[in-house]
Amino acid sequence: MWAWMKRCLLVFWHTLRRPSVHYSLGFLTLGGFLAGVLFWGAFNTALEATNTERFCTSCHEMRDNVFQELKTTIHYSNRSGVRATCPDCHVPHNWTDKIARKMQASKEVWGKIFGTIDTREKFLDERLVLAEHEWARLKANDSLECRNCHNYASMDLTRQSPRSASIHKRWLGTGEKTCIDCHKGIAHHLPDMKGIPQG
Amino acid sequence: MSNTSRFVASAVVVLALASVLAFVASHRKAGPTGAAQEAAAPAASVAAPAPRPAVAVVPAGSGLDAIRRGAELDKEIAPPPMARVENTDIRRNRAYPMQPPTIPHSIDNYQIDRNSNRCMLCHARANADKFQAPPVSVTHYMDRDDQFLATISPRRYFCNQCHVVQTDAQPLVANGFKDIDTVLSEPNKAN
Repeated sequence: MWAWMKRCLLVFWHTLRRPSVHYSLGFLTLGGFLAGVLFWGAFNTALEATNTERFCTSCHEMRDNVFQELKTTIHYSNRSGVRATCPDCHVPHNWTDKIARKMQASKEVWGKIFGTIDTREKFLDERLVLAEHEWARLKANDSLECRNCHNYASMDLTRQSPRSASIHKRWLGTGEKTCIDCHKGIAHHLPDMKGIPQG
Repeated sequence: MSNTSRFVASAVVVLALASVLAFVASHRKAGPTGAAQEAAAPAASVAAPAPRPAVAVVPAGSGLDAIRRGAELDKEIAPPPMARVENTDIRRNRAYPMQPPTIPHSIDNYQIDRNSNRCMLCHARANADKFQAPPVSVTHYMDRDDQFLATISPRRYFCNQCHVVQTDAQPLVANGFKDIDTVLSEPNKAN
């Protein structure tokens, strides 16, 4: 078996390092370019297709639990109709971080296949662990996904209530705290928070 | 036409075809997504809520139901506009010494259940300094045998049972309540 694999690899390697006999250099370069364009287009199309709310809520785990909770919050329904979809908060927007997050998310495919949270009870049992992953992620990147929309420099504190203005100025303005420190459970219900520091 | 130029021409054609395909694909993807979200409540201007005198909408003795805002029973009336929660952060006076203080800010979507208590994020003894919030009084840590507990007593856990927000809604029924200072300062009618 090992010898056979080695033989195959060697044949492949010899083919790879020999110059082309049948195809012109122009065909190979232009063809390679075109194949690259097609591959890249397909890759990004697939990537964006898995980065939509419709894709996330096509699984009942998301649709029946977290998506229903989101619907009652200001991130889904508000006076101006601007809203956040799942990937706005859960997937980084710039390319490198997005790919890193997407690779992490292959764990979620595993969870889907083996039904880690395929009932409400299993979901509730697992909820604190899942939430802690997200809190740790947002804490580590200084609440980047919040700040994609909520920019402190653009926050008009005079239009906030005096209470939130002073708290934002004191904790967020000094950089001592980040959004997720106080705003856990802003878009979904909180799991049992016993012993978990908030604020 | 030489072999090479024919090849280059075909390559250009394939390239053009690929770009058209990519354009169509991106166009189809971008097309139907925008139309889904149109429902948005009209944004009303936020006026500073002023305290309103308790004046009944329906004059006393008119025989009409205040809940129906003076409308005849067989008439259908338009609902009043939704009342707005006062969010001024200015603490209100208590009408009588034991009154639970009213909440001077909005509490939309605050989660208060067995998992978490959003009010205690700021009003717990341990967090009150961070948010400059009034900590709940020590009675909230006492059980019914007057023993002090480390955390908030289960019988005081659900804040909304006693503490409520105030809105700018018009009172439907007149309220003649006078606090004890007003009563004491009135001239004694019996003499």
